[in-house]
Amino acid sequence: MEVGQMQRQWVDYTKSLFLEGLLDGQFLQLQQLQDESNPDFVVEVVSLFFDDSEKLLNDITRALEQPSVDFKKIGAHVHQFKGSSSSVGAQRVKNGCIPFRNFCEEQNIEGCIRCLQQLKQEYYLVKNKLETLFAMEQQIVAAGGSIPMLELSF
Amino acid sequence: MNLNNGRGSMSTASSSGAWKSGDVVPDQFPAGLRVLVVDDDPTCLMILEKMLRTCLYEVTKCNRAEIALSLLRENKNGYDVVISDVHMPDMDGFKLLEQIGLEMDLPVIMMSADDGKSVVMKGVTHGACDYLIKPVRIEALKNIWQHVVRKKKNEWKDVEQSGSVDEGDRQQKPCEEPDYSSSANEGTWKNSKKRKDEDDDAEDRDDTSTLKKPRVVWSVELHQQFVGAVNQLGIDKAVPKKILELMNVPGLTRENVASHLQKYRLYLRRLSGVSQHQSNLNNSFISSQDASFGAMSSLNGIDLQTLAATGQLPAQSLATLQAAGLGRSTAKSGIPMPLVDQRNLFSFENPKLRFAEGQQHHSSGKPMNLLHGIPTTMEAKQLANLHQSAQSLGPVNMQVNAHGVQNNSLYMIGQPQSRGQILNESSGTHVPRLPSSIGQPMVSNGIPSGVIGRNGISDVGRGTGYNPVPQNSSMLNFPLNNTPELPGNSYTLGSTQGMSSLTPKGSFPDEVNSEIKRSGGFVPSYDIFNELHQHKSNDWNLQNVGLTFDASHHANSIHGSLDSSGLVHQGFSSNQRSAQSRNPSNVGKAMFPMGAASTDHGHAQNSGQHLSNGLIVDNPVRIKSERHSDASQNNFFHDQYGQEDLMSALLKQQGGVGPSENEFDFDGYSLDNIPV
Repeated sequence: MEVGQMQRQWVDYTKSLFLEGLLDGQFLQLQQLQDESNPDFVVEVVSLFFDDSEKLLNDITRALEQPSVDFKKIGAHVHQFKGSSSSVGAQRVKNGCIPFRNFCEEQNIEGCIRCLQQLKQEYYLVKNKLETLFAMEQQIVAAGGSIPMLELSF
Repeated sequence: MNLNNGRGSMSTASSSGAWKSGDVVPDQFPAGLRVLVVDDDPTCLMILEKMLRTCLYEVTKCNRAEIALSLLRENKNGYDVVISDVHMPDMDGFKLLEQIGLEMDLPVIMMSADDGKSVVMKGVTHGACDYLIKPVRIEALKNIWQHVVRKKKNEWKDVEQSGSVDEGDRQQKPCEEPDYSSSANEGTWKNSKKRKDEDDDAEDRDDTSTLKKPRVVWSVELHQQFVGAVNQLGIDKAVPKKILELMNVPGLTRENVASHLQKYRLYLRRLSGVSQHQSNLNNSFISSQDASFGAMSSLNGIDLQTLAATGQLPAQSLATLQAAGLGRSTAKSGIPMPLVDQRNLFSFENPKLRFAEGQQHHSSGKPMNLLHGIPTTMEAKQLANLHQSAQSLGPVNMQVNAHGVQNNSLYMIGQPQSRGQILNESSGTHVPRLPSSIGQPMVSNGIPSGVIGRNGISDVGRGTGYNPVPQNSSMLNFPLNNTPELPGNSYTLGSTQGMSSLTPKGSFPDEVNSEIKRSGGFVPSYDIFNELHQHKSNDWNLQNVGLTFDASHHANSIHGSLDSSGLVHQGFSSNQRSAQSRNPSNVGKAMFPMGAASTDHGHAQNSGQHLSNGLIVDNPVRIKSERHSDASQNNFFHDQYGQEDLMSALLKQQGGVGPSENEFDFDGYSLDNIPV
């Protein structure tokens, strides 16, 4: 596949992520922050997000499995997850945190478990998509091309 | 992390030195704004850092509140603004906000993914200057510099309004020597605030240029006065207006008191474990007050350092001072700086009190004279405490004269030795004056004594910000730049450094102001004054006419303490010093010059001073810038992101005020040279 084609594919793929609501304007902000001095900024940040998220999700899972559930702690984790996901633009993940938090406050364990499920789904989905996107970017760069600038208006 | 690199490079010319390593020119403001970001979320932290860098700010990030606090403490003037997350595991973001407000008084921006009304409200009540909702966009970060400017501006305004003390005398002292001014000026208010380690007064002082911000420095004495007033009124009735009246500190505005009151309440609440302050401030306050007192005392031993660091924790500092027995006595020279009556600063009436230049004051002077000699009611008791504690200091003379005049006398009398010390020490500088002046002041209401006390402090005047102005408030005691050293600032206890730093570069006996400013040591705590003075220095100087300071001299010496606060202090200090040297009569006036002294430091300041006198508001701004520029000399500049920069920026807008207008026309509006 030649570079131009790859680039077009990349653009289409990115657009679809936005259209599906997986990503929001914040992701664009990240891309705009990327420049020559920081050519891998987006990848770095998102990787950081992935690592942090795995940890958070694990903590939440374990906390829900405890005989005596600490809703406050879970709520704090969810809150942090909301913050980090919103900062990278993972919209659906962020949205999934909102009802989760409510359930925590209500101390509704069933609700929490359901929300955790949902959250994990959304998270792995966006993780998957982004990893694909980054792979495409790598290919483009390897082929000598450059990543196009997105011009989505939000 | 970049801790203020730029600060060190305070060049007189532009505040640019403040931020980057000297390369940034003021025009580039807000580029180079030094931001400290605190967030436990690594993703957000990284994104924020990148965004802030893109805005051309200097970013330091940390993921723990404790680390942030220690960073701020060890580098008091290293940051201009703090951005903190609300939810953090090791410390609540609001708590951090409070701490920073009390200790360093930096603008703090809160942020959170939580946009609930109650949380945002909490931010407001805790004193956050802004609240950002995550995800934070770069556009939101681009404008955070406004908070830095606003804060500075407000301080200026306060200073101006409250000001008009007769700075005439002070201003007169032209501060000839830039270096002396730098030490004194800069340090005073900045240092006082932030100084926790007394010893490094000198170097830090550079950035403390009084010019930078007319922030009121809540010295120990000042705070004591404040607390006394609050107690007197009762928690329920402790409204800023009444407190202000009771305190009767010249140059202090209602706004200063109001904001300090808010902080104090938060502090008390924290101490007493009351968590909500929104709603029953009073209740909690009351209970906390009692607690606070107790707490204060307990604090005494506790963190002198912290107090010192903050310099602005009056309660603590007071407590600390007392506890510490002011014994900290900065080893410097035993000159009881505190003796130097800061009061003198205030006591215009006692022109005689010129404080001997306290070159030494610093050394000895560390212990600021809390003696304000200001005859406030509250003072009596506080004074007593202070007095006792002061005595314990011994040579140090931390005489924490509470504000009452009586105190002064008590103080003075009680500590004849200290004074003697001061005298001796100071006499070195001023020598002759002190002894005579000392005798006088002591008995007289504070003012003269203030002077004496000042002797020790007068050194301060030299450089340290002593508060010769005994008058009212303890605040004045150590105005300006003396900052840390002065007991007022709580850290002054042992830290004569403040004083020493204050020691004006040049010993100008006459330029009390300049000295004062320089000495910063005068009244470290009295930042506001400094600032006020600075602005007002013009005004004051005018009024001080009586001061024997050479008006002209003063004016210059005042370094253009445009910042009224700076002026005020300096005026005092200078007064004192000069007073001592000159004659007690001047003391009264000296007070102003003290403030003016600040101006001395930066000639620009001076100009600023008179500008500030009754000048248009614009002037202050300009003045500030002027000062700042001068401040560079003093060192004040670098203190915070370049107040100078701000000033210069502001000034520029105004049309480039000529910075060095030393002459103070205290006519009030003789700002001819200042192009508006």
